[in-house]
Amino acid sequence: MAAKSTIYSEGGKVRRVVVVGGGLAGLMTVIKLCEAKVPVDLLSLVPVKRSHSVCAQGGINASVNTKGEGDSPQVHLEETAYGGDFLADQPPIKGMAEAAPGIVFMLDRMGVPFNRTPEGLLDFRRFGGTLFHRTAFAGATTGQQLLYALDEQVRRFETMDVTDEHGVAIPGEKLVRKFEFWDFLSAVLDDSGTCVGCVAQDMKTMQIKSFPADAVVLATGGNGIIFGRATLSVICTGTAAASVYQQGACYANGEFIQVHPTAIPGADKLRLISESARGEGGRVWVPKDKKDARHPREIPEKDRDYFLERMYPGYGNLVPRDIASRAIFKTCFHEGRGILNSKTGKNENEVYLDLTHKDESFLRSKLAGILEIYEKFAGTDPYKNPMKVFPAVHYSMGGLWVDYEKDARGSLKTGSPRNHSTNIAGLYAVGESDFAYHGANRLGANSLLSCIYGGMATGPSVATYRKNLEKSALDLPRSIFEKAEKREQEKYEGILKMNQDKSNTENPYRLHQELGDTMLRDCTIERDNKTLDKVLEKITELDERAKNIKCPDDSPRTNQGAQFTRHFQNMLVLARVVAQGARNRDESRGAHYKPAFEKRNDADWMRTTLAMHKGVGKVEYVRQLSYTIGGKSIERTDAVDVSLVAPRERKYEQAGAASAAATGKLPDNKTQDAQKA
Amino acid sequence: MADTEKSAKEATPSRLVHLKIRRQDAADKPDSKRWEEFKVPYLPNMNVISALQQVQKFPKTTDGKEVAPVCWEAVCLEEVCGACSMVINGRVRQACSALVDQLAPNGEPITIEPMSKFPVVRDLVVDRARMFNDLKRVKAWIDLDGTHELGPGPRESQEQQQERYPLSRCMTCGCCLEACPQVNDSSNFIGPAAINQVRLFNMHPSGAMHKNQRLDALMAEGGVADCGKAQNCVEVCPKEIPLVDSISVVARDTTKRLLFGWLLK
Ligand SMILES: Cc1cc2nc3c(=O)[nH]c(=O)nc-3n(C[C@H](O)[C@H](O)[C@H](O)COP(=O)(O)OP(=O)(O)OC[C@H]3O[C@@H](n4cnc5c(N)ncnc54)[C@H](O)[C@@H]3O)c2cc1C
Ligand code: SF4
Ligand code: SF4
Ligand code: FES
Repeated sequence: MAAKSTIYSEGGKVRRVVVVGGGLAGLMTVIKLCEAKVPVDLLSLVPVKRSHSVCAQGGINASVNTKGEGDSPQVHLEETAYGGDFLADQPPIKGMAEAAPGIVFMLDRMGVPFNRTPEGLLDFRRFGGTLFHRTAFAGATTGQQLLYALDEQVRRFETMDVTDEHGVAIPGEKLVRKFEFWDFLSAVLDDSGTCVGCVAQDMKTMQIKSFPADAVVLATGGNGIIFGRATLSVICTGTAAASVYQQGACYANGEFIQVHPTAIPGADKLRLISESARGEGGRVWVPKDKKDARHPREIPEKDRDYFLERMYPGYGNLVPRDIASRAIFKTCFHEGRGILNSKTGKNENEVYLDLTHKDESFLRSKLAGILEIYEKFAGTDPYKNPMKVFPAVHYSMGGLWVDYEKDARGSLKTGSPRNHSTNIAGLYAVGESDFAYHGANRLGANSLLSCIYGGMATGPSVATYRKNLEKSALDLPRSIFEKAEKREQEKYEGILKMNQDKSNTENPYRLHQELGDTMLRDCTIERDNKTLDKVLEKITELDERAKNIKCPDDSPRTNQGAQFTRHFQNMLVLARVVAQGARNRDESRGAHYKPAFEKRNDADWMRTTLAMHKGVGKVEYVRQLSYTIGGKSIERTDAVDVSLVAPRERKYEQAGAASAAATGKLPDNKTQDAQKA
Repeated sequence: MADTEKSAKEATPSRLVHLKIRRQDAADKPDSKRWEEFKVPYLPNMNVISALQQVQKFPKTTDGKEVAPVCWEAVCLEEVCGACSMVINGRVRQACSALVDQLAPNGEPITIEPMSKFPVVRDLVVDRARMFNDLKRVKAWIDLDGTHELGPGPRESQEQQQERYPLSRCMTCGCCLEACPQVNDSSNFIGPAAINQVRLFNMHPSGAMHKNQRLDALMAEGGVADCGKAQNCVEVCPKEIPLVDSISVVARDTTKRLLFGWLLK
């Protein structure tokens, strides 16, 4: 039986849902909830306008087919499933591909300054893993522009009042309340294991407080910082996901980490040069002669090895990322043919990404944002000189396991409370922090889409869940929340006090660098079981040494040192899930590549990795999951739903291989550009 | 991938970067305001953020005192999130794109201070909440009917897109407010960033439908009329937004609205 009012608790307070994270996924969820008249508390580590989504450069996919190429959501679905090497459940992909054109139009209505065609229509560019122009973009800062559009809509809801069942405004209650500079610590679970709120910490005053909530949505993004440096923002530590994983949420496909082929090496960050550089005609090469010391501009065509075009004539520079990264790694690492450093006489781990054959004004209108980054941080002019790049950790396909319900067409059933629910009822996950949509490898420009589509699915799902609740979290005994607050308060004080009077203590930032160096070196592009065993040993060693951390800061305000210590502890937990998952999976699929097991093995491994936390240093991999939601018991297994696109071997040597419906004809880049110029 | 570590090791270990940092323990502890100096190992292509990261790893001042690591804000490290604005060698800018080689080619000390036009939270962290509130005041959004499918938005020419896009890159970093002489303790001038947002939304066909509400917000006290046209803002904006143009456009529109309002009375 549902509660009497969906707006008020029995005690007369306004019932709320908590959304943690205000990247694209979180903001879209908030908007959908507000449209369903559900009041929201939005928590975020940083002002939501600064969320990591702001970094996305290249664009967002939607098969609008404005170029007369015959693109369609069906092709988009097929190419996404194929690009993901058949590890993703296909119904959610179908829902996403079909919703994509509507999503891009919605963003257009929100005022996103998308690039245009001469007729004033949305322009689309090419991205990896497809032959179609499917990617809408706003210069080379698409993520920033999309994030701002959603941020503006949420700000508007911040000014709107909550209304009761009769549509009457409730004074002093706004639809959205923001809590920025708050760090999510853990979920609050009631006796039955249902999530009824969360505990978070104000990172200015360090106050720890519980938020009773009818449901909690985690939209907390990726975890690239466990690799030390990545293309991700420094706040992407995965701490929130790691925390609920330790509370019993299942973590799925953790070993699938995308390494992007083209980033600028750097001491603090590996800055991305978006795939759009290749989508707009950029070519990757190294000199044919590895001792060629000439300036790249002086090396004529015939002396260059455009190795991606040579190895994969069908898709050339736009093969999926896992394939491009491996090819670059092979060229530099195994063949020693990276760019020669004339000072040291050594071949560096770098290849050229070349746009210099393109017209400067064309580049300025389409790629200025990323070329600026190159110019600023690498110090050379990319309009005149080929850029030097190398692969970097970029995206986590894995994440919190989330459920879905299929409709009769094999798509996602809108409004089902199961969509995006974790195996803890009342706790939802969306965006890069979930595991859905991308399987073993994500296609470029599909992430912004999956974040927004995920939000569009999660909002209604949570609204339904909430409507069916018998009791609001606000009507539960206050002691549940007090206990959770106390537990977190003690943990926090523990961090502050840990080893304060000891010598020979550890510094959390230095330990993090050790973790990052190991993970980056041994758990990315190529994986080997013996090495992975060493990685796991290293993590165990770091677990031990982490006990010896002395928090570098004892301040009662804005204590970033204590916060980092906590995040680091959580990073260790996730690192183990990633490394152990990689160790177990004896096959090669998408981003997970083991030279000793070169082939994909569908018979044994076409299944989702389901990791459950079993105490410090222990991960249990399960084949089944069950949970209860809305009084219904749900049983799920690790089988992948491939009912829509039949699994087959990936072959990017051949044009059109990614989709049965694709034309198989490479669009002629030259005539396209001439039209636009 | 171990690339930069390698080059880091190759770099002369003797080269140090000298930082002079303005610190304060908390908003309500103005007495704790002080300078502290650090020397950290140089890394190739190092920026101010990586120098501060070194301080986190070895939080010891030049006089050998162990201190709490310096606090600052940063997210993207590629000058697109707006978090890391600071006053570096006297100039307000993003710390992530401030390269050590350019700031101190010969090992000169680099001074780092928090922005002065916002309340200090701790060390280099300041509270920029007013900027986000100002975005509410000027209604910097499109009044959308809903997110359900309603087809594409209005068509737009390539020219207009090229004009709107740069205005839309404002990352609420606060550099322009820091540099503006009219933003100070004794004024409540809204500052150039919010005025630019009004221009941006008033340019959009759907946004223009609520043009007057935004102009009205800027005709109130602390609005566009308070700008002294000193142009400091344009010079510091890391996104090179034509703020002075935006201010003139909006000022012209408010004047028109004022006159028009009079005529109607
Ligand atoms: C450089 C770069 C370029 C990219 N380009 C593209 C592209 O062109 N196209 C594409 O499709 N994808 C791209 N991606 C991928 C895409 O940007 C991300 O996957 C996506 O933005 C993730 O969005 P999100 O909403 O899930 O999370 P995020 O945007 O990362 O947001 C996470 C939110 O959670 C909050 N949060 C995190 N932890 C906590 C906590 N403990 N407590 C409180 N709040 C917390 C944060 O404050 C933030 O608000 C790119 C990624 C990178 C790194
Ligand atoms: S032009 Fe106006 S807004 Fe810009 S710095 Fe000068 S007074 Fe401030
Ligand atoms: S206008 Fe420029 S300086 Fe001002 S907040 Fe925006 S990006 Fe920063
Ligand atoms: S950290 Fe984002 S602008 Fe510097």
